[in-house]
Amino acid sequence: MTVQEIQQLNAQFGLNKPLWDQFLIFLVDVFQGQWGLSFFYRVPVSQVLFVALLNSIILLIPSTILAIIIGVGLGVVSGWKRDSATDVAILSSSLVLYAVPTFWLGVLLIMLALRFGGFPVSGMATVGQNYTSVWGYVSDVLEHLFLPTLTLTLVTLGQFTIIMRSSVVSQITEDYVVAAAAKGLSGHTLLRKHIVPNAMLPTVTIIAISIGTVVAGAVLTETVFSWPGVGSLIYDSITRRDYPVLQGAFLVIAAVVILSNFVADLVYAYLDPRVRYD
Amino acid sequence: MSIRIPAWKLYLRNRKGTFGLVLIGSLIAIAILAPFLSPYDPNVIDPTAILNPPSAAHYLGTNEIGEDILSLVIWGTRISLLVGFVATAVAMFVGTGVGVLAGYAGGKLDEVLMRITDFFLVVPAVVLAIIVAALLGPSLSNIILIIGLLSWPQTARVIRSATLVWKQFSFVDASKSAGSSTTFIIGKDILPNVLPLVYANTALTIATAIFTQSALVFLGVGDVNDISWGQVLHFAYSSGSITAGYYWYAIPPGVMIILSVLGFALVGYALDEVLNPKLKEGVDVTAS
Repeated sequence: MTVQEIQQLNAQFGLNKPLWDQFLIFLVDVFQGQWGLSFFYRVPVSQVLFVALLNSIILLIPSTILAIIIGVGLGVVSGWKRDSATDVAILSSSLVLYAVPTFWLGVLLIMLALRFGGFPVSGMATVGQNYTSVWGYVSDVLEHLFLPTLTLTLVTLGQFTIIMRSSVVSQITEDYVVAAAAKGLSGHTLLRKHIVPNAMLPTVTIIAISIGTVVAGAVLTETVFSWPGVGSLIYDSITRRDYPVLQGAFLVIAAVVILSNFVADLVYAYLDPRVRYD
Repeated sequence: MSIRIPAWKLYLRNRKGTFGLVLIGSLIAIAILAPFLSPYDPNVIDPTAILNPPSAAHYLGTNEIGEDILSLVIWGTRISLLVGFVATAVAMFVGTGVGVLAGYAGGKLDEVLMRITDFFLVVPAVVLAIIVAALLGPSLSNIILIIGLLSWPQTARVIRSATLVWKQFSFVDASKSAGSSTTFIIGKDILPNVLPLVYANTALTIATAIFTQSALVFLGVGDVNDISWGQVLHFAYSSGSITAGYYWYAIPPGVMIILSVLGFALVGYALDEVLNPKLKEGVDVTAS
């Protein structure tokens, strides 16, 4: 390329302007929905991201919900029966799950699945398959979804159990619990009506903060299982040096995290009648 | 309880914490004694022993170029711990600085610093680290800096709220009227009192740093030249050895990551229990 051509290209992409100027143009474009062109796909970034985001959500939402239900449930049991054999078993497995690297669990499951057969280990649907009905396609996708969901659920639920357990433990010696027990409330009712609702409050806040780590876990899970979501897109775009897609993907992830924090705030207000947003 | 028990005695009563301390101690010993413990030179390639299963010659087998996996895993401890400790030191330095500054100065500066902290608190650090590492290039010092500079927000928040409390005490006013400079007050009056609050956080940050480093290296955006647990897994995966079912290649590095993350996490939780007890003295209705 001649010097002239380089200058021309710089002018075309606005690279000759000062950095903060470029950043302002970028900000305006982002809000106008112009996220640039993908270097690799040669189509608008928003188009590439939209499909990937949908695929990610299919993986992310069931895994998060399962992890919250199982994690919080185990935490309640563990905290209520603390220092018992059940508690030790639940707490130590949660700690191990917390420490397990997402990608490592993923590749181990792939190894097991390949060895013993069973679930597909890569992609979202069987390549080259002709489906006779919609249900054929759906069940194929669900089969592909199994291992990634299992991985993401397992690595996420440990931390929720640990949080919920310590929250329940801190409630048990509160005066209102003693008063309710003195009234003759059965252990089960006491737990369900008094302890769990109160113990949920700090847990919701911490779950909201940890949504970021769930999303990060999803990125690693998708990469290992070649699930065509935002995570795989990030990984592929790094090797392809597709910067506009990387930029857009990170923006989408940040938006998802902020949105889930907002949802968590609403849930918090629902759970705690003392909190009202005006 | 009327007699004060020293914190370290309380800590040793905590079984989880003691176990975590033993784990970390063994890992540090393995890292220091690596040259004496590892049966082979981890960089020596043996073309006659490719992907050998565990045997008397190679306790954990060999990889696809004939390196001894036990030796790789032992030497890998060094990089993982190094990244964990140094990145956390960076994070603690930035977090403490931002926290004390925001808490002590207050006003606009506090507002600005806390919004920046909030941003880094919610943004998924691993994802940002992957992207930044891919852009900056995968050297060991880059990885340490990236992890360190993404792991400070919790520390900043804890330090800020503690600073807000401690700066109200009259001994700070006394120090001020005696003519102490702001630097002196922060360094001698505030910091010694607020620092113990972040010890638990420090241990958890080390755990996260070790985890993030292995994830980055596994994805190939980290430093794949130095031996680390993530690097062993990276080559196990990219060479197809894992999908081919060579379990002795895949399992040891993962187990080491779990043990180290577990060790630091247990110490962190135990420190938290000892320094900020949750279970108050009171009637326990579950005791029967």
